[in-house]
Amino acid sequence: MAERLLEVKDLSTHFFTHVGVVKAVNGVSFTLDREETIGIVGESGSGKTVAALSVMRLVPDPPGKIVAGDVRLAGRDLLALTEDEMRAVRGNDIAMIFQDPMTSLNPVFKVGDQIAEAIMLHQDKKKDEAWEMAAALLERVGIPDAKKRVNQYPFEFSGGMRQRAMIAMAISCNPDILIADEPTTALDVTIQAQIMDVIREMQTQFRSGVIMITHDLGVVAEIADKVMVMYGGRTVEYGPVDAIYYDPHHPYTWGLLGSLPRLDLAEKHRLQPIKGQPPDLLLLPPGCPFVGRCAYEVPRCRGEWPPLELVGPDHGVHCWIPVERRLEMRAGLPRFKEWVA
Amino acid sequence: MASDEHDRGREPVTGLTEVEGAAAGAAVAAAPAAAPKVLSPWSDTWRRLKKNKLALIGLGIIAVFIVVGIVQVIAYPLTDGRGLTPYDPNAENYSLSPTGHGSSPSLSHPMGTDYLGRDILSRALVATRISLLVGVIAVAIGLIIGLILGPISGYYGGFVDTVIMRLADIFFAYPYILFVLLIMTVLGPGFVNVFLAIGILGWASFARIVRGQVLSVKSMEYVEAARAQGASDLRIIFRHVLPNSMAPVYVTIAMSVGGAIVTEAAMSFLGIGVQPPNASWGKMISDYLNYLFAGSWWMVLFPSVLLTVTVFGFISFGNGLRDATDPRLKE
Repeated sequence: MAERLLEVKDLSTHFFTHVGVVKAVNGVSFTLDREETIGIVGESGSGKTVAALSVMRLVPDPPGKIVAGDVRLAGRDLLALTEDEMRAVRGNDIAMIFQDPMTSLNPVFKVGDQIAEAIMLHQDKKKDEAWEMAAALLERVGIPDAKKRVNQYPFEFSGGMRQRAMIAMAISCNPDILIADEPTTALDVTIQAQIMDVIREMQTQFRSGVIMITHDLGVVAEIADKVMVMYGGRTVEYGPVDAIYYDPHHPYTWGLLGSLPRLDLAEKHRLQPIKGQPPDLLLLPPGCPFVGRCAYEVPRCRGEWPPLELVGPDHGVHCWIPVERRLEMRAGLPRFKEWVA
Repeated sequence: MASDEHDRGREPVTGLTEVEGAAAGAAVAAAPAAAPKVLSPWSDTWRRLKKNKLALIGLGIIAVFIVVGIVQVIAYPLTDGRGLTPYDPNAENYSLSPTGHGSSPSLSHPMGTDYLGRDILSRALVATRISLLVGVIAVAIGLIIGLILGPISGYYGGFVDTVIMRLADIFFAYPYILFVLLIMTVLGPGFVNVFLAIGILGWASFARIVRGQVLSVKSMEYVEAARAQGASDLRIIFRHVLPNSMAPVYVTIAMSVGGAIVTEAAMSFLGIGVQPPNASWGKMISDYLNYLFAGSWWMVLFPSVLLTVTVFGFISFGNGLRDATDPRLKE
């Protein structure tokens, strides 16, 4: 059995603002093993970033607060640690890569300075040693001429190279877990593929677990072992990546997949957008947050959050629609016709 | 915009490195000469500052003022208070003031002499020492306090912020000269105390400006990234946030130096700064004002002009610097 790195159980993070309580994350659970990649998928405001920040205890407090749940890193209760102990975990055991490489490097310091700082924060290294390690790391993430590049400022790097530098910084302390928060959103498509390659390579080299936060299902298909689909702060469906793509059970997952272009469908086939707007997290219904946008709603959806229903090995869904009816409806969608057949 | 130039120029090179990855490293390394020169933020500021004539004039005035001031600061202890001047600034010579109204400018005394026959040029020169010291020391005191309290206020927010900013409001609300007088009354007269008083009063504007910057910088992703690396609050504030909040502070420094020089002159004019027989520009203006009405215009004119020109230099340079660092004014 694989080594379990992270166990998150019933995590809830709420923001207490002056207009009310924003339930950004509501009872989310997932696990991560060594060398495993979990993709957290959802649209903006679905709570995927807050869930990841909660694991690192980086949710700004006030107004944010982890109100319930359990986060265990290799059995250690992260939510019980003091701030000082947590600081030793950040960057060392769990590292993070951010969305926009143009703003995630400090513009006034040399790239080498920033990587060396990350090293010196957690390892007992002298400055020149740390700088040498920084140059070696830059080389490892595929930055040519690293010895010279390490002495340059972020503005002398292109977007893709900055993201490589961010990855170098994140892996500098050989973290067990690498959280990548939409690491390719701000990059163009060719660079995206390369950055994913670098992340995958580093994952194999350092045997890390990766949490990949994204709204790009293409990215997830490429890199993830399992997927968690989030909507309105809830996990609506989770499962192995193949199950999510070929046997999706939640209407929201259908919607996500239906809005993706496909090469193998007929030319005249139109993409199916999900109608409506994402819910206001201040006014979440007591039941499923997808009500109102869901075409298959049953009366019960509004009042009560459905319990977890296992539909396959390690594949769960939260939905009130009975499973036979669900499969029937899915078969009626143009996108899934040929899969079912 | 500068970054556009540099992006456009670099695209071919970086494009290659991105596509071919590490394998192409050697090829890229072989052609570094092809990479166009990129502009750092500072050289970009300088490039735009150079186009502003008034700012350049200001910079020239500041340079002359600082050179003369440093010479006087160094010479003062070596010459037993005389400074590097053509005549002893405090030596009385009644033959040069036969009627008690000084003597008008001449070849040997280009700025004339005062009612005690002292050489105005020598007195004005030795006074640059006071002005330079007040500019540097008083502003440094205010800057240090402001750069500690401002970032803390902006970074932590909440109660800490409220306390520090309300304190700053009090400093702003009280009439400035009255406040200086108040502090001077507590500290006693003397020019060292003028430095302290001006410095203590100067922190509020620095703190407020830095706080405003910190508020916007602290939500930047690289601050979040530093936190995700396990950096402590102090490290984040003073290593990551503060250096990125400094641009408007440099402008304020330039302006404040001018302001401090003027305030020192005002204090000396009121008689609570530099004590006689030592000279400062403000003290000279105050001492000689009576003789202006008697027709001895040169006594007041020259120190006034020096004071005005120096302050003008700092303010026009500060203005130019602000324009050059303002992203909205970038072409």
